[in-house]
This record gives sequence, C-alpha cells and structure tokens, in this order.
Amino acid sequence: MKIAVSSKGKTLDAELDARFGRAACFIVLDPNHQAYDVVENTQNLNAAQGAGIQAAKTVAGKGVGAVLTGSCGPKAYAVLERAGISVITGVSGSVRQALEQYKNGELRPAGGPNVNGHWM
Amino acid sequence: MIISVASGKGGTGKTTVATSLALSINSARLADCDVEAPNSHLFLRPVFEPDETITMVVPQVNEEKCTLCGECAAICRFNAIVTIADTVMTFPELCHGCGGCQAACPAGAIEEGRRTIGTIQHGRCNGLDFVHGRIRIGEAMAPPLIRQIRSRINPDETAVIDAPPGTSCPVIAAIKDTDFVVLVTEPTPFGLNDLKLAVETVKILEIPSGLIINRSDIGDNKVAEYAAAEKIPLLMEIPYNRQIAEAYSRGEPVVEAFPEWRERFEKLYADICNLVAGGKS
Repeated sequence: MKIAVSSKGKTLDAELDARFGRAACFIVLDPNHQAYDVVENTQNLNAAQGAGIQAAKTVAGKGVGAVLTGSCGPKAYAVLERAGISVITGVSGSVRQALEQYKNGELRPAGGPNVNGHWM
Repeated sequence: MIISVASGKGGTGKTTVATSLALSINSARLADCDVEAPNSHLFLRPVFEPDETITMVVPQVNEEKCTLCGECAAICRFNAIVTIADTVMTFPELCHGCGGCQAACPAGAIEEGRRTIGTIQHGRCNGLDFVHGRIRIGEAMAPPLIRQIRSRINPDETAVIDAPPGTSCPVIAAIKDTDFVVLVTEPTPFGLNDLKLAVETVKILEIPSGLIINRSDIGDNKVAEYAAAEKIPLLMEIPYNRQIAEAYSRGEPVVEAFPEWRERFEKLYADICNLVAGGKS
C-alpha cells in the first residue's frame, strides 16, 4: 500500500511538514520499496481557502492508503476519510524517520482531525 | 442618491457621521452595512419590524444525476465542492454563492440549497427609514448579506450607508456603485495610513469622495496635507471635544445633542450634492 508523507523538501531526509493542507509537497511511496514520487502542493500553498480539501484530493488521486502528517483539520480529514485513506497525525522528524516509525508499527491512525479549521 | 461613509481605520467616527448626516436629510434612509458589528441603531433607536432571515444559495448535489465528471470542482476557486471517491462533497461554509458549479454541471445535478447567513431588520425613527443586518455568528461571508441590505434601498431615495471598517470585501460590497464616499479619519499616523488604503480603494471603484477629519485638533497635519495633495475635498472637521464624546457615550447623535451641528451637517449634505452634481455635469 502506498502512503503519502507531508514534506518540506523533495528527499527522504527532508523535514516532515507539520501542515497537511499547506505542506510544501508530499512524498508518495510504497514503504517496502526504495523509489518515491514527489507530489507538488504549490498551488495549495497559496490558496485563499480550502487548501486541506485540495491537498486531500491530490493525495487521494495518487491512490495512497495512508497519510502521515503533523496536523490535519476537519475538512481535509473529512475528504481523506471519504476517500478511505487512514490519517496519522502528530508525526514529526524527517520523512525517513516517519517511514521507519510507520514500518515498525509505532504509528496509529488518528480518530479525527487534530486541529480546528482556519475558516470556522 | 446613495452616500456611503467609510474609513479604512476603525473607530474614526463613521457612525457618528453617518447617523448625523442621515438625520440632516429630509426623508432619508440609513443602511448600516457593518453587519459584523452594527451600531447605528444605538444612536437612532428605531422601532424595529420583525427580523427577516437571509439565506444564500449553496450547491446541493443530486447524486442520482451526478456523473462525477468533476466540472463543478474544476470551476470552484473556493474549494467548496470536490469530487472524491464515488461521491461529491460540498463545504457550504466555503461557498460564495456564485452559481458557477450549477452553470458548469453538464448533468443538471446541482440543485439550490440554502445556507442562513444572517438577519435583516427594518425600522423607523424620527422620520428616517432604517435598515441593518446582523451576520450569523460563525458565518464568515459578509458581502452577500451586505448586498441584501443594499437591495432594500429604493433607487429613487436618498440613502446613507454606514460601511464596515477596513478596505476588504465587505467594504467593497458596501460602497461599490454608491454616488459618493465620505471618508472619515483621524489626524494620526494610523488614520493616515489607513486613509491612504481607503483612497486607493475608492479610486479603483471610481467613486467621488470627500474627507472628514474627526478629533481634528489632535495628532498632526499630515492627513490634511495628504488630502490636499490628492485633491480630496475636506468637507468637515470635528474637534476632539469632551461634550461630543459624552453625547456619544449616551447614544445621542451629534445633531440632536448640539443644534449648531445640525446646520453643519445640513451644509455637509448640500456640499456633497454639489460635488456629485458637479462631477456629473
């Protein structure tokens, strides 16, 4: 199963971006393989509103089954949930460290959004 | 004729000016468009009719007709509608009610839902028609409610609009297509900074404007110098006066507390009429 990690940079050594909707990019990969894709999120970085919704649609379009991030708001969470993607929040460190934690089974899906929306 | 009263900076005296100006015009209407914090009624004390609930159109998807083509999501710049998995999700609180999704849908699957955005109240006071709106608590979008208030103004009457502070969308909704904007400021660096933003806004909207300097004997002369350089007529100066402040704190319009100010506000209205007529000739 592929997963998406919100990232501040385009390599596995980049720092995980704590923000889901306005993450710099997403690293998409299958944890059992070395190869990874970088999915840009530039458009959402500058969106006036609804960045989380679009980011959720973007990662859903990559066919991922889980998202590793720092914070996820209610709208992004609702879209990810509807797409059947499990959301793991509160993750930090480098993308590589997040992956190791995930592979070791140290991360558990969040039961819901862990931050409030920015709009209301 | 519609005269709007705007400021850039908050707390400069928009309501003081708008209420006294409206009371100095024969059979006018005051429309308080500061829907997030309406306060003109505190000075005019109108007798209100029952509230009118105001809604705006938001998309409601008929999933039986929807083909999941995604055209609705593609046209929505506010991310208020999104196709995901085998459904369409809507976020009504993000919707600006433009109707784009409905127009773009080739399957006719988008129907009109409604979201309550606030209330409008009409009232009468001292021969004045009064209208204001209150945004629903938690609602973020003021412009649709402000446009609804403005639709209550008859085209052939004289109306004064008390605009919200700032220069963002609610202000644009309140002053756009009015015949004249009275800019109220104070002679401080903050007042000047925000006045400049308001002047730039009014220029883009191509509305003639004039300036009122409130608390005119504090601060410095830079606001007056700026107005002169920009050729914005100085319509009135209101001094920083304890008696005016006390009347304000009791909720008394300036023209009712001080008869000499009624004459000044009547002259203000006449000056505005002349400026508007001069601009049209």
